[in-house]
Amino acid sequence: MLNKEQPDTLDIWSDQVFDVLLAADIKHVAYVPDTGHARLIERAIEEPSMEATVLTTEEEGVGLLLGAWLGGERGVLLMQSSGVGNCINTLSLVQNCRFPFLTLVTMRGEWAEFNGWQTPMAKVTAQSLELMDVLVYRAEQSNEAAELVSAVADTVFNGDLAAAVLFSQRMIGKKEWAK
Amino acid sequence: MVKAPKANIDRRDILPQLFPKPEDWLFVSGLAGASCDAAALTGNGPNLYTMAGTMGAAVPMGLGLALSAPDRDVAVINGDGEMLMGIGSLVTVATAQPQNMTIVCQDNSMHRETGNQTGHTAGATNLETIAQGAGIISTMTIFEPDEIPAAQAFLADAPGPRFLVVRILPTMPCDFKRNFNMAECRVNFRRHFLENNNSSDNRN
Repeated sequence: MLNKEQPDTLDIWSDQVFDVLLAADIKHVAYVPDTGHARLIERAIEEPSMEATVLTTEEEGVGLLLGAWLGGERGVLLMQSSGVGNCINTLSLVQNCRFPFLTLVTMRGEWAEFNGWQTPMAKVTAQSLELMDVLVYRAEQSNEAAELVSAVADTVFNGDLAAAVLFSQRMIGKKEWAK
Repeated sequence: MVKAPKANIDRRDILPQLFPKPEDWLFVSGLAGASCDAAALTGNGPNLYTMAGTMGAAVPMGLGLALSAPDRDVAVINGDGEMLMGIGSLVTVATAQPQNMTIVCQDNSMHRETGNQTGHTAGATNLETIAQGAGIISTMTIFEPDEIPAAQAFLADAPGPRFLVVRILPTMPCDFKRNFNMAECRVNFRRHFLENNNSSDNRN
C-alpha cells in the first residue's frame, strides 16, 4: 500500500517520471500490476488525458502500443523484470514494424530480494531486451530516474526506436512483502 | 471427445458479406489464412494491417488501435489458433471495453497452415463461451450460411466490444497474394490513418 499522508521516496520520483510521460504526450499506459510501478499506475488511471489499460500478460502491451501508434498516439509499457521474458517473441514487432516502443521496467531479483523465483529472469533482463533490438538504459538512483526517462523518450519518439529504462531494485526500496 | 457442430460457411466469401463496405473499417488481422482473407477483402488496402508472426498479438494490436481511434470502427480478423495463443487478451478487451472494437474469429477447428492438425475447438473448447466468461459484452457464433444476416445485424447493432465466431469449412483461404513488406504496410497504414483523422500526434 502506498502511504498517502507522507509521500515516500518512491512516490516522489514516480511523480517526477509521470510528469515526464505527460510532457512526452504519452496517451496510453499499458501495465501489469506491480508494486514498484504502483504510483505511476495510480497517476495514469487518474489522468484524464491518458488511457490506462491493465493487461493479463506483458506481451499484450507490445501489440497494444503498436496498435496505438498506428492510430497516431504514443504509449508506454510498465512491467517488472519477469515480464520482459514474456515479451520476447512479440518484441519481433519492434524490428519488423520499426515503431517507437518505450517500456519502463522495475527490477526484481537483484537487491534485497526475498523471493528467489525472481532471480533467473533478473539476471538476463537487460540481455534479453538487447537481443531483441531494444536499447537498454538503467537508473541506479532515484534522483536520475525522471531525467533518464525524458532523455530516452526523446530517443524513442524522435527516432522510431525501441528502448527500455530499467529501474534498479535498490531505488524501489526494500519492501515488507506479504509472505 | 466432444464434437463441435458441423460448420457450413465458406471462409472465402464470408468477410465481404460481414463487411460490405470495408473502406469504412480499420482492420488488424492475425497470421495465416485470416490475413489472406482480410487482404483479399481490402485488396491489400491501407486500412488493413496484416501479421505473419507474433502469434497472439492481433487482438492486443486491435485494442490499441481502437483506444487511440475511438471514432473509427476497428475489426480484428483472426483464426482459432491465433485467438487461443492470446486468449487472455479477451479479458483485457473486456476490461477496457472499447465500444468501437469487433473481433471476427474464423474458426476452422484446425491448424491448416502447419498440416491440418486438430485444434482445441474441434473438441471441448468453445470460444464464444470463453469470451462470455472473459466479460465481452456481445458474443455470437454462426455455423450456417442462413445465419449470416443475423451476424450482419450483430456487427451493425450489438454494443461493443463484439466477438463473432464464424465456424468455417476446412478449405484453403482466399487465393490472394498479400503484401509481406512490413515496413511498407506500416507506413501505408499510418499515413492513410493520419491523413483521414484529426490525430493528436502527427509528428512521427
